[in-house]
Amino acid sequence: MKTVLTAGQAEITDLFVPKEHKAALDLKGSVFTLTVLRLHTNDLTDIESELKGKIAQGPRFFEDAPVVIDVEPLKEAGLELDFSPFITLLRELRLIPVGVRHATPPQQEAAKRAGLALMKGGAIRDLPSQKASTPESDAKSAEATTTTRQHKIEKQAESETAPVPTITKVIYQPIRSGQQIYARGGDLIVLAAVNAGAEIVADGNIHVYAPLRGRALAGVTGDRTARIFCQNMGAELVSIAGHYRVFEDNVPDAVRHKAVQIYLDESEQLKIEPMGG
Amino acid sequence: MAKVIVVTSGKGGVGKTTTSASVASGLAQRGKKTVVIDFDIGLRNLDLILGCERRVVYDFVNVIQKEASLKQALIRDKHCDTLSILPASQTRDKEALTREGVGEVLEELKQTFDYIVCDSPAGIERGAVMALYYADEALVVTNPEVSSVRDSDRILGILSAKSKRAEEGQETPIKEHLLVTRYSPKRASLGEMLSITDVQELLGIPLVGVIPESESVLQASNAGVPVIHDQTSPSGQAYQDVVARLLGESRPMRFLEEEKKGFLSRLFGT
Ligand SMILES: Nc1ncnc2c1ncn2[C@@H]1O[C@H](COP(=O)(O)OP(=O)(O)OP(=O)(O)O)[C@@H](O)[C@H]1O
Ligand SMILES: [Mg+2]
Repeated sequence: MKTVLTAGQAEITDLFVPKEHKAALDLKGSVFTLTVLRLHTNDLTDIESELKGKIAQGPRFFEDAPVVIDVEPLKEAGLELDFSPFITLLRELRLIPVGVRHATPPQQEAAKRAGLALMKGGAIRDLPSQKASTPESDAKSAEATTTTRQHKIEKQAESETAPVPTITKVIYQPIRSGQQIYARGGDLIVLAAVNAGAEIVADGNIHVYAPLRGRALAGVTGDRTARIFCQNMGAELVSIAGHYRVFEDNVPDAVRHKAVQIYLDESEQLKIEPMGG
Repeated sequence: MAKVIVVTSGKGGVGKTTTSASVASGLAQRGKKTVVIDFDIGLRNLDLILGCERRVVYDFVNVIQKEASLKQALIRDKHCDTLSILPASQTRDKEALTREGVGEVLEELKQTFDYIVCDSPAGIERGAVMALYYADEALVVTNPEVSSVRDSDRILGILSAKSKRAEEGQETPIKEHLLVTRYSPKRASLGEMLSITDVQELLGIPLVGVIPESESVLQASNAGVPVIHDQTSPSGQAYQDVVARLLGESRPMRFLEEEKKGFLSRLFGT
């Protein structure tokens, strides 16, 4: 296991601009969710092959994603990192490196030269498990899975002391045909109708407290424990971690217009179950 | 303050131009200084329905490209002198509609008029987006059938994402009105058409009116007189109600039920 991807939070302090005259710009503080790439080796070929594997599991998640590079494990192991080819590699893989944390003074200099910010603080939590949702399980990806799991346990033990809330996206407006909403790194709650031709996507769970007539995809980065809850089932398609079901004609009578939950059972079967009687 | 109303639908042939002509005429009849703009570049239609096609000299694109002044291009309606028409060009391509160009023309019109009605082309491309971009209110024209409802839903999504009010995050979004046209109570009761409740439930925006399917609409457009001027036509009366509601009056919905045939017509079987 050489690289670990985790979601962390970067904080920016609020800055105020006096409002006497019309300003050319506004400065506002904001909190972003960033992917943290924790390096366990300085071997670029190893990093490349493992990173490619991870990206293949959730291409949409990683496309043009800003990442922070965490070199703490390298420091512990007394390893150096050649920054410029590493950054070139990230860019080739369509990631956008934005900063470094836990860098040694020479690494800090190299990072600054490469145009990266030096990041401080930021709690870290694990991304949902990265298991491939497609059944093409060759030896390599099986190995990757085991290591991910091992590491996850390690991580969980670590994070017990400082739990970080998941990021939940809440939508109050109807989601209409042709629109797509993606809750990256967390759950999605929708309080208005999701109409036919609309698509809602989340890395975590999806809740719809209104009619669901469009497509709903939960756990898109591979979380098989993700669920979809909806108050009035009429979806065109539902999917959990890539296991999907299309309702070509209509939703079966037993669950149509009912409150249901949708999840994967132990044998990876997609279950649609009425809720609350 | 002048109000910009876009008449839009996504789907083609649902009655946008018919609605633009009648609503604009109705507002003008009630003393509001009104201008109706044809955004359907390449497919002029509005001037035909308003019966002024032979008086078109300059058009919207000429004004945008500063080849003519607004004064030269605006046509005064022959039925109602508070109504003007800004016709579309039949020859130019749609690229001529630029956001800045349209914005400038609308600003100038706002100096003179109370209402600016924009007749949108079908689709969700440039022309349709230009027509809705500056809108304060939207009349979403929908026929009671699944594909038309789906397209209206799409347009509502665009109104809430790509309009000026949405892009600037203005406090009051575009005021949306649902207008169901070509409604046939008989076919709805037979289940051949969606009911008004179905359409309303699917789109989730307030209903401003229901225009029944009627032959008088076609006759009116052939004659170049918007159907709202036909007091005997149920469609004309329904458009009168729509205009009243847009101006804040409340009126009960009419023409939702099948007309009961009178004793005489039953007797003579007409
Ligand atoms: N209430 C009605 N009853 C009967 N016919 C109608 C009604 N409304 C519209 N029509 C007819 O439907 C056709 C299309 O109407 P219109 O041109 O107003 O639609 P449109 O939405 O502007 O079309 P386009 O998308 O091509 O611009 C015309 O032939 C018109 O006469
Ligand atoms: Mg038209």
